[in-house]
Amino acid sequence: MSTGPTDRPGAIDARPLRHPWRWVAVALIAVLVAMLISSFVTNPRWDFPFAFQIMQQRPVIEGLWKGTIFGTVSAMLLGIVVGLALSVMRLSDNPVLRGVAFVYTWFFRAIPRYVLLALLGIGVGFLYNEFRIGLPFGQQISHLLGLKSDLTFFGLNWNALSSTIWVGVIGLGLSEAAYMAEIARAGILSVDPGQREAAQALGMSSGKSMRRIVLPQAMRVIVPPTGNETIAMVKDTSLLIAIPVITELYYQAYQFGQRSFKIMPGFVAATLWYLIVCSILMVGQYYLERYYGRGFGRTTARKNKRFARPGGAGGA
Amino acid sequence: MSSLPTGVSTRHTGEPLVRALNVIKAFHGAEVLKGIDFDVHPGEVVCLLGPSGSGKTTFLRCINQLEKIDGGRIWVDGDLMGYDDRGGTLHQLSDKAIAAQRCEIGMVFQRFNLFPHMTALANVMEAPVRVRGEKKSDVRVRALGLLERVGLSDKADSYPAQLSGGEQQRVAISRALAMSPKLMLFDEPTSALDPELVGDVLAVMRELAAQGMTMIVVTHEMSFAREVADRVVFMDGGVVVESGHPKDVIDNPQHERTKLFLKRMRSHDDPDRPTVQDARSQG
Repeated sequence: MSTGPTDRPGAIDARPLRHPWRWVAVALIAVLVAMLISSFVTNPRWDFPFAFQIMQQRPVIEGLWKGTIFGTVSAMLLGIVVGLALSVMRLSDNPVLRGVAFVYTWFFRAIPRYVLLALLGIGVGFLYNEFRIGLPFGQQISHLLGLKSDLTFFGLNWNALSSTIWVGVIGLGLSEAAYMAEIARAGILSVDPGQREAAQALGMSSGKSMRRIVLPQAMRVIVPPTGNETIAMVKDTSLLIAIPVITELYYQAYQFGQRSFKIMPGFVAATLWYLIVCSILMVGQYYLERYYGRGFGRTTARKNKRFARPGGAGGA
Repeated sequence: MSSLPTGVSTRHTGEPLVRALNVIKAFHGAEVLKGIDFDVHPGEVVCLLGPSGSGKTTFLRCINQLEKIDGGRIWVDGDLMGYDDRGGTLHQLSDKAIAAQRCEIGMVFQRFNLFPHMTALANVMEAPVRVRGEKKSDVRVRALGLLERVGLSDKADSYPAQLSGGEQQRVAISRALAMSPKLMLFDEPTSALDPELVGDVLAVMRELAAQGMTMIVVTHEMSFAREVADRVVFMDGGVVVESGHPKDVIDNPQHERTKLFLKRMRSHDDPDRPTVQDARSQG
């Protein structure tokens, strides 16, 4: 049909808006990338073939698995468990639990991880070379009563433990718990109070309503920042040297560079491994978010958008 | 009759299922309930009417202890709610004991409060399985039956976000019924619904009333109160102003405050629809 003034307007066929500055930016970025690649090729100190060799060295792989990955997973597990407990304590009616959680978070957020790891690895061993589990003040009590036993049930030699990955796991995990506590608290507070009321009205105890109803919904808010924390933890395992623990990716890769007087390949090898590990973690995070997002969001809320988020507005 | 408090029915001779005496509740020093006396007998349907801020929702929430009362006593089926009376001294009940008392009381909320991370069926099955520890396969059969009763057997596997408001509220009623409660509390069950969805929910409630369920309903649905309620209780300013047969109270109110409220409700375009302020004040 022709488009005379009396006709009803038809399909829109308009000129798209031009974006000339985008093309300028693309050109600029292309030049910078070209310069970088040219540096890779022309500057022999990059020495990528050697970096790839370092990546495959046994001590480096061992450091990656036993230090970086094992350390990350264990420290995060400890951090999540302790952090969740702390967040529930922080939100409880019990003033003692609230106080303990607050002081814990205050302390472990204030102390740098490097300092904490050095303190645990070197300092604690200097203070106590053996941990004994028994009656409090057992030695003093047994001395007073003239007993032979010092009332200990179980002893642990800290010096034997002090240069192992376990100190790193404890240090990083306890530090992480302080951050996880705040993340979990935000997640729990994000759940509509009506959910807890509905659970209680059905006869659930507060513990059960927390486990079955509140936490699964809080996970939707907790998972994304926990992914961030995990990725940060991968990088923080490079601090294990403070303990000192040397079975760890960065230290091993750096040592290879040092020993062969080729500094850069060591850094490149470590960087590439960190990039690979973090990329894999991001994929895992995507699936976790999708799991805990079930029942929420666009994919399931086709039918009635108004009620996509129950309790989103209004009273009761 | 004049010797009895206004909320107490005189028609029944048996033991009441719910008995509230001189219930007082204050929020931050402001008294919201100023001594409520209230009886509900087994099988009775009682509608609580009243303007916003009159305390009707608060009173309903006090019955299953979502709010803690500051004075008076509430008994449900002979059990003193929230306390153990040992020779005149009240001892606070533990979290678990309060939870056990709530098992006997179903509650339906204005905003449904379905668990969004569970399907409709899982919502209905949750409490019998997790609270009573019943066998999953048995509960499943019963839950499907309950969903069928409210006309939602085809929605068993839908998540709440995939359901309309009216469907969500009917699932919420099934969820409460799954615990086989002695008493059902409804807190403005149709106030958050689009007008065309109200009818389905009211139909389910009518059927429930016809089957002899004891129900306390906070509502603005005058026609529902008139047709279904055995008794309506009009509250204002934290007290029971008058109570009686729905025809008497709604069509021939005795008190000025009741008359004023009913006149306001009628002068509305849609008399059964709560105002924005109503929705806000039901905190």
